[in-house]
Amino acid sequence: MSSSTSRRSYGVKGAPYGFLLPATILFALFFALPIGYAVWLSFRKVHVSGLGLGPGARQEVWAGLENYTGAFRDSELLDGALRVLGYGCVVVPVMLGLALLFALMLDSDRVRLAPFTRLAIFLPYAIPGVVAALLWGFLYLPDVSPFYFVLDRLGLPQPDLLDGGPLYLALSNIAVWGGTGFNMIVIYTSLRSIPAEVYEAAKLDGATPLQIALRIKIPMVAPSLVLTFFFSIIATLQVFNEPTTLKPLTNSVNTTWSPLMKVYQDAFGRNDIYSAAAEATLIAVVTLLLSFGFLRAANRRNKQEAAG
Amino acid sequence: MSTLAVRKAAPAAGTTPGTAQGPPLRRRIALIPTVTLLLGAIYTLLPVAWVVIASTKSGHELFSTFTFLPGTGFADNLKDLDAYRDGVYWTWMGNSALYAGLGALLSTAVSAFSGYALATYRFKGRETMFNVLLAGVLMPPVILAIPQYLLLAKADLTDSYLSVLLPQILSPYGVYLARIYAAAAVPADVVEAGRMDGASEWRIFTRIALPMMIPGMVTVFLFQFVAIWNNFLLPYIMLSDDERFPLTLGLYTLLEQGANTPALYTLVITGAFLAVLPLIALFLVIQRFWSLDLLSGAVKS
Repeated sequence: MSSSTSRRSYGVKGAPYGFLLPATILFALFFALPIGYAVWLSFRKVHVSGLGLGPGARQEVWAGLENYTGAFRDSELLDGALRVLGYGCVVVPVMLGLALLFALMLDSDRVRLAPFTRLAIFLPYAIPGVVAALLWGFLYLPDVSPFYFVLDRLGLPQPDLLDGGPLYLALSNIAVWGGTGFNMIVIYTSLRSIPAEVYEAAKLDGATPLQIALRIKIPMVAPSLVLTFFFSIIATLQVFNEPTTLKPLTNSVNTTWSPLMKVYQDAFGRNDIYSAAAEATLIAVVTLLLSFGFLRAANRRNKQEAAG
Repeated sequence: MSTLAVRKAAPAAGTTPGTAQGPPLRRRIALIPTVTLLLGAIYTLLPVAWVVIASTKSGHELFSTFTFLPGTGFADNLKDLDAYRDGVYWTWMGNSALYAGLGALLSTAVSAFSGYALATYRFKGRETMFNVLLAGVLMPPVILAIPQYLLLAKADLTDSYLSVLLPQILSPYGVYLARIYAAAAVPADVVEAGRMDGASEWRIFTRIALPMMIPGMVTVFLFQFVAIWNNFLLPYIMLSDDERFPLTLGLYTLLEQGANTPALYTLVITGAFLAVLPLIALFLVIQRFWSLDLLSGAVKS
């Protein structure tokens, strides 16, 4: 009796580790090992002796912080970071503003066509970023675009959407188009979880829907706004697919437009995996610092609100 | 549930003296949300409508007729696409289905195992393991994909189906969702009762817990299916043989070649249209089974 109990409790003890084994193995092979390898490579470089011909002429040697100082001095990386910063300043507020607006509208009384519009606005989530960039890319091309057709008929000036300042807006629009629906669903879900009684008192007091939205609904969905903001920032830092897809259509998107494109270019275009590894590590560290800083700030605010 | 309650309560509120001038005001307000949402829907549907119409145009019509006027070349465009490099487009579509279908299935299984373990057992290192897995979400994909490529190259596995499939099986987000869902859907006393009856842990999982977790796992599957189907970066880095390309990468290479030859535009557009179709169809069919609420981690308990 006692031996069977102990065997069973042993089985229970081992079970969670057994269930987690596949995830652990995959994590070790495809997350931990690659990250460790990238960090290792970032401290390495190739030493070329003589003309670099023959066996042993190209040797991998310790580089110290050389690749990192190189990355800091690299103006292409900095330019890319600044471009993405400007791009993010447009994408994040516009996308989340629209997502909040649509979510509030979906949640309002007596709204018509809500199921249809909700699905339509969420639809771009199912469309690959590459295809989205491709569709909008064609809509930006004067030869085939309906916008230019309309501008032409109205006799208005026709800006080049794939160059200079408008290029930022053109790229931002693709991200806003693709991301608004998902964020809308997240915010809408948390709006629906607010109990109806909360509004009842305000309604009896004669509060308008606008007042209810501003004073009650938005403060109550603040946590999900924080969450969507956080994920939007991370996604923005990692922008790669859309500018890469627009590249064949314009000369204004170069191969180092965003920091991740620069990493790709260094690794495979210039075959300098060591610099690429250092830049990649740098971007990962910045992302992690931003994330933790942000989460800590959000936590502190929550605690203060709970205390106040 | 709550929206229903709000809607029911609304007419009653109109009869109270506090909102005597209610009716005209409310009618105007109800118009604003509807119109705003319709404008949003027009904005999101516009490029989709454009690609549907543009795919019906012949190369000549594409540049000469008004954009939203349907053309006459859809059948020819399909024929051209089918003829392009001996129908490599269909291979891409098959590859995408394989990567996304098989990858999402494996990913859901791994997420279900992990989520169940993290939700129902108390064991040493539980929170640490969970947090380490979650940190994977924050890793920029390029930062993972480049060393993954270099390591797989050492194992002579790059440019293979496995090189795209394997790195996408573990999804930190999937594990997160599975944990939340398992915690809400599988009551602890049910698991305990199974143990009392002498069932093994594996049997409890497969016979009792897994059926309870099915709705959440459908969401994880679909989420992962969309993520893999839409992935561009990983195949872009891993593959060079276009026989193994997924649709996203194939269309990109088509665009790259077509950018300087407008004759290829119709191919790209028709290809993009057909690439969007399966996911839209999938969406419309399964949206009833897909608890979107879960995407944000919300579970009604």
